[in-house]
Amino acid sequence: MSIKKKHFERRHLVEFLMKTIMRIALVIVAGALGLILWTIITRGLPSLSWSMVTQIPKGGYYMGKEGGILNAIIGSAYLASGGTLLAILLSLPIALYLKAYLGDSKWGDYVRLALDVLWGIPSIVYGAFGFALMIMLGMRASLLAGIIALALVTLPIMTRAMDEVIRRMPVDLEHAALALGSTKFEVAIQVVTRQMLPGIITGILLAFGRGIGDAASVLFTAGYTDRIPTSLMNPTASLPLAVFFQLGSPYPEVRERGYAAALILTIIVLIVSLGSRLLASRLNKYTVK
Amino acid sequence: MNEIELTQVKVEGRLSRPSTPSRTRTDRTARRAFFVITLLPILLILIITIALFVRAMPILSAYSLTDLLFGEVWRPNNGQFGFRPFILGTLWVTAVGVFLAVPPCLLASIYLAEYAHARTRAIAKPILDLLAAIPPVVYGVWGLLAIVPFVDDVLAPLSERWLGSTIPIFSVTQPTGFGILAGGIVLAVMISPLIISVIFEVFATVPNDLRYASLGLGTTQWQTIRTVVLPQVTPGIIAAIVLGASRALGETIAVLMVVGNVPKTPTSVFDTAYPLPALIANNYGEMMSIPLYDAALLGAALVLLVVILIFNILSTLVLQRFLRRK
Repeated sequence: MSIKKKHFERRHLVEFLMKTIMRIALVIVAGALGLILWTIITRGLPSLSWSMVTQIPKGGYYMGKEGGILNAIIGSAYLASGGTLLAILLSLPIALYLKAYLGDSKWGDYVRLALDVLWGIPSIVYGAFGFALMIMLGMRASLLAGIIALALVTLPIMTRAMDEVIRRMPVDLEHAALALGSTKFEVAIQVVTRQMLPGIITGILLAFGRGIGDAASVLFTAGYTDRIPTSLMNPTASLPLAVFFQLGSPYPEVRERGYAAALILTIIVLIVSLGSRLLASRLNKYTVK
Repeated sequence: MNEIELTQVKVEGRLSRPSTPSRTRTDRTARRAFFVITLLPILLILIITIALFVRAMPILSAYSLTDLLFGEVWRPNNGQFGFRPFILGTLWVTAVGVFLAVPPCLLASIYLAEYAHARTRAIAKPILDLLAAIPPVVYGVWGLLAIVPFVDDVLAPLSERWLGSTIPIFSVTQPTGFGILAGGIVLAVMISPLIISVIFEVFATVPNDLRYASLGLGTTQWQTIRTVVLPQVTPGIIAAIVLGASRALGETIAVLMVVGNVPKTPTSVFDTAYPLPALIANNYGEMMSIPLYDAALLGAALVLLVVILIFNILSTLVLQRFLRRK
C-alpha cells in the first residue's frame, strides 16, 4: 500500500514540476516581447520628435543637425506597397490555382513545397540575386529594383498565408457553385475570393509588414538617398536602413535618432500586425461558416 | 444561409449574359495563365541557384572547392579567399541560437498544445505573432542596447568566475559584449515564434483518441505526453528545429549588428565572429575593383543558399507528411 502511494505521489510531483517549468518557459518567451518593446520605447522615445517624421534630412543631419527621416518613411511605404502589389498579382493566382484546380493533389504539394523553400531563402540571398541581376541588365539601384526584390521576399509569405486560409474553405460551397454550372474559374473568382477575403487581406498585410521591415533585400537594390523618390528609377531610402546606418554613426545624437527610427518602424509594424488581426475578425462575419 | 442564396441568384443572373462557349474559353485561358504563374515558385528557386552559380563561376574555377571552403585566410587584395572563418562563424552563432531556443520553445509549445486553456492560447498567439512581426533591424537595435551590455556586464563576469577557466568554449576572450553569445541570444528570440508555432501544429495532428486511451488508463497528463504523444511527433519536432536553424543561418542584419564581425575562427562563445550573411551585407556592392571579390561574395551566398535549401527541403517534406495526416 505504501509503495503504491509513494509512486502515486511522485508522478504527480513530476506532473506539477513539468507544468510549472512549461509555464515559466512560456512566460520567458512572451517576456522577450515585453523586453524588446520596453528597450525600444524607453531608448527611442526621448529623441523622437515631430520634425523627425515630417522633414527630410537637412545639411549636416548626419552630424547631429536638424532634419528628419521622412525620406526613409516615404521610401519604405513606396517599397513595401509596390512590393506587396507586385506580389499580390502573382500570389493570388497561385493560391486560387492551388485551391480551384489542384486541390490536395500531389502537384499542389510540390508547389507548396517550393513556396516553403522560397520562404526559407534568406532575404540577403534575394538581395544578392537582385543585385547580380541588376548588373547583368545594367540597372542602377532604384525604387523599382527594391520593389522587385521585396516582391520576391514577400511572395511566398503571402501565398502560403492565403493558401492556408483558402484551403479551409468548405468544400460544399465549391461543389454547390460547380453543380450550378459555373466553371472553375468562376468558382475561383466569384466564390473563393469573396469567401476568403479576410484571409487574403491578412496575408497581404502580413507580407506588407514583413516587407516594410526587411533590410537585407533592399540594401543593394534600392540604394539610399536623402531625397524622396519621384520616379521608379530613383534610388530610395528605407526605414530599416535608416535605423541601420544611423546606428553606425560616431555621433551620439545621430545614434539616438537611430533608436527613434527603430521605434517608428516598430510602431508601424505593430499597427499593421494588429490592424490585420482586427480587420480579419471584422470581415469574418460576412463569410459562410 | 443568406449568403448561399445570394450566390445562387448571382449565378442565375450571369447565365443569361456571356455564352457558355465563351465562359469555357475564359476558363481555359485562365487555367493556362494560372498554371504558368504557379510554375513560378519552382522556377524561381532554380533561377536563383543557377544565377548565383553562374556569377560565382569565376572563383569556383580559379580555386578548388576545398581551398575555398576550408581556406583559413581571407585577404581579397592578395587573392586569398578562405571561407572557413565565416562558415564556422555562421555555424557557431546558429548553434548557440538554436541551443538556447530549443528548450524553452519545446516546453512552451507543449504547454500551449496540451495544457493551456483556450484563453491562454488566445493570449499567446498574438504575442508570438508580434514577436515574429518585429523587423530584424529592430532585433538588432535591441541586441545592441540590451543584450550586448548584458553579456558584457553579467554573463562574461559570471562565466569568468565559474566556467571560463575550466571549459575553453566559455572562456572570456575579449572585453566587449559583442560576439557569438550576443548574436545567439538575439537569434534564439527571433526563431522562437517559428519553432513554437510549427511544433504546436505538429502536436495538433495527434488524434485525441490516443490521449484519451492513455489518460483512461489512469496516467497523468505528463505521462501521456511523454509516452504516447512525444514518440508520435519526434520527427516533426526535429523538422521544426531544423527549420528554425535554417532561418538562423540566413539571418543577416540583426546578427551583423551584435556579432562583432572579425574574420577569425572562433574558439569560445565570447569570441567575435563574422557569419556569411554579414560578410555579404558588409562588402557586396562596393568592391567591384578587386578581381574575383564579387564572385567570391556570390559564392558565399551560394554556399549559404545550398545549405539552407537542403535544410528546408528536408524539414518541409517531413512536416508536409505530418500535416497531411490530419
